[in-house]
Amino acid sequence: MNILVYDNTFEGLLTAIYDALDLNIVPDKIVSKKTYQSDMFAIKYEIDPDLEKFESLWEKIRQKTNEQNCQRIFKAFLSETENIENVIYNYIKLILSSSFNIETNFGNDSVLKLNNAQKKVAREAQRVLMFVRFQKTSDNIYYASFDPKYNVIPLTVNHFKNRFTNQQWVIFDTRRKYGFYYDKENVREVTIGNKNINLQTGKVNANALHVSEKLFQKLWQGYYDSINISERKNLKVHTQFLPKRFWKFLPEKDLSLK
Amino acid sequence: MKSSVLEKLKISANAAKYDVSCASSGSNRNNTKNGLGNASPWGICHSFTEDGRCVSLLKLMLTNNCIYDCAYCINRKSNDVKRTTFAVHEIVDLTIEFYRRNYIEGLFLSSGVVRNPDYTMERMVRIAKDLRTIHNYNGYIHLKSIPGASKELQNEAGLYADRLSVNIEIASEPNLKKLAPEKNFSSILKPMSDIKSRIIENKEERRKYRYAPKFSPGGQSTQLIVGATPDTDQKILTLAGDLYKNKHLKRVYYSGFIPVNDYDKRLPVLKEPPLKRENRLYQTDWLFRFYNFRIDEIVNEKHPNLDLEIDPKLSYALRNPYLFPIDINKADYETILRVPGIGVLSAKKIILARRFGKLNSEKLKKIGVVMKRAKYFITCNELKSATVNELLPQNVRQIILNDKIKPKPLKQTQHKQLSLFAN
Repeated sequence: MNILVYDNTFEGLLTAIYDALDLNIVPDKIVSKKTYQSDMFAIKYEIDPDLEKFESLWEKIRQKTNEQNCQRIFKAFLSETENIENVIYNYIKLILSSSFNIETNFGNDSVLKLNNAQKKVAREAQRVLMFVRFQKTSDNIYYASFDPKYNVIPLTVNHFKNRFTNQQWVIFDTRRKYGFYYDKENVREVTIGNKNINLQTGKVNANALHVSEKLFQKLWQGYYDSINISERKNLKVHTQFLPKRFWKFLPEKDLSLK
Repeated sequence: MKSSVLEKLKISANAAKYDVSCASSGSNRNNTKNGLGNASPWGICHSFTEDGRCVSLLKLMLTNNCIYDCAYCINRKSNDVKRTTFAVHEIVDLTIEFYRRNYIEGLFLSSGVVRNPDYTMERMVRIAKDLRTIHNYNGYIHLKSIPGASKELQNEAGLYADRLSVNIEIASEPNLKKLAPEKNFSSILKPMSDIKSRIIENKEERRKYRYAPKFSPGGQSTQLIVGATPDTDQKILTLAGDLYKNKHLKRVYYSGFIPVNDYDKRLPVLKEPPLKRENRLYQTDWLFRFYNFRIDEIVNEKHPNLDLEIDPKLSYALRNPYLFPIDINKADYETILRVPGIGVLSAKKIILARRFGKLNSEKLKKIGVVMKRAKYFITCNELKSATVNELLPQNVRQIILNDKIKPKPLKQTQHKQLSLFAN
């Protein structure tokens, strides 16, 4: 049994796949260092990321398929589902070995699995667009915390850049402890060590908020409560569409405002 | 902004909530340089209320004062409810501030009619105009067109709005006359036709001049109340079908009647709002728009009302068993769409996937087909099982219904550790 071990990154995974294809090793398992558990009956190949190998394989895939499909592979990787590495390995092998487009062959197991995994990631990214809530700070920066299941904030930055071009904003991933800051011109990655932000609740401390911020949160909550039709109450659908894990970021669900 | 706005906001939202439309889709307005916002073509929901409805737009009424006395409306003249009127700048500020915080996708502005339709419409247009021209706002705006307002005002509204709408509310004219004596069909259909022809003209203009301003790029929509009058589903759906075809509507919304004025003897007494019926109407609406069904295939003289127990597609299939089973590996897209349990997405996937090899029920299941319903209507690459023709429609119906109400297996109760000393 062959186990390939790569360093948790996408580049590392593609390097591992490159080596496997190059050296004709059939991997029974591809795992990241994080999840590797030693197995005495297996042969372990530890593979370090090699940008040249990565570029070469990525380019080959690009030539064989379209940009959208490349994005799919990347998104599937972000899903961090169990065994997704092997699915990606099989998918890439399938792309490289066929003379025609295989991305719509939903009868094939790897194609279907890769698609389902990337769909999960795309959905989580969509939820960032839906449920991110900015808090205006006293220095006129719109700040938002978020805690996405997958590492999807990078996928959403362009949306916010196009939409909120004339305001400064920060979106911060509290789970992965990094975020993005837009200064009305460019977006750059940031890690914050600001005492004014509570990473547990995602809230900006009251003294650092803009004077009108609490009022608008209250107005929004008042609106949210009044637009509900109580005769149609349906809590099952409610939590299905608005999962509880997002509630802590939503002013409409903030009981302290009442 | 003063905190007294909170009270106004609550009253206004309360008055506006019975308008079900909340779509922010269909428009693709780009942001301008140093502007605020854009409209995404597929729409984004930003929250969900406890009734399970999406909150995408800030749905407000400019005022809930009204000169009309429509029986089904909470804002009717004779009702004793709190009334409020917004100043133009208040709504503008609320929209901008909410938008900047990513609470909303845009503004949905409606209004009761005060003084006269033109007076009301003018102020609504003013809000949209201020947002677009003074604040460089490029997010979504949905404006209600007030029936009876002048064509010029409506045309101006369309220049700032992404979508316009005129609500019909009651599906047949005699019933409308009964509940809303001041209204009639022609006063509602007239503005609809105007909007339609203006949209067509605008498309032509934009073909000639790339930078001609867009007119209501998200089209127009309307709403029908369900259950306030004895109108049948056939009546409602035929009207909806006509509107889609002749007035090029983007959406018709169906709103289950909620008895807000239960003292009015012209209205029926309902135990609860007809939510199931509303749901079945939407399903039929989808069948018409995305599945190439004709309305009269689903509701007709023989079956004027939808079956509340099973969905309209299944009900159609059970009434026409001779069309089935169909071969998944050979049938064309349109035919596959007619199979209960197969949606647009799965049908497309089937067409794409079967080029690579024959599909069997295992693969269909993975693609996303609901085999529980579909299996009686298809054959695929495996031994034939009993279809609707062998089992007979009424039995299939019973099997599927029984399947639905079968109780879920109970969760295993936690075993308590036995204690020697407890009794």
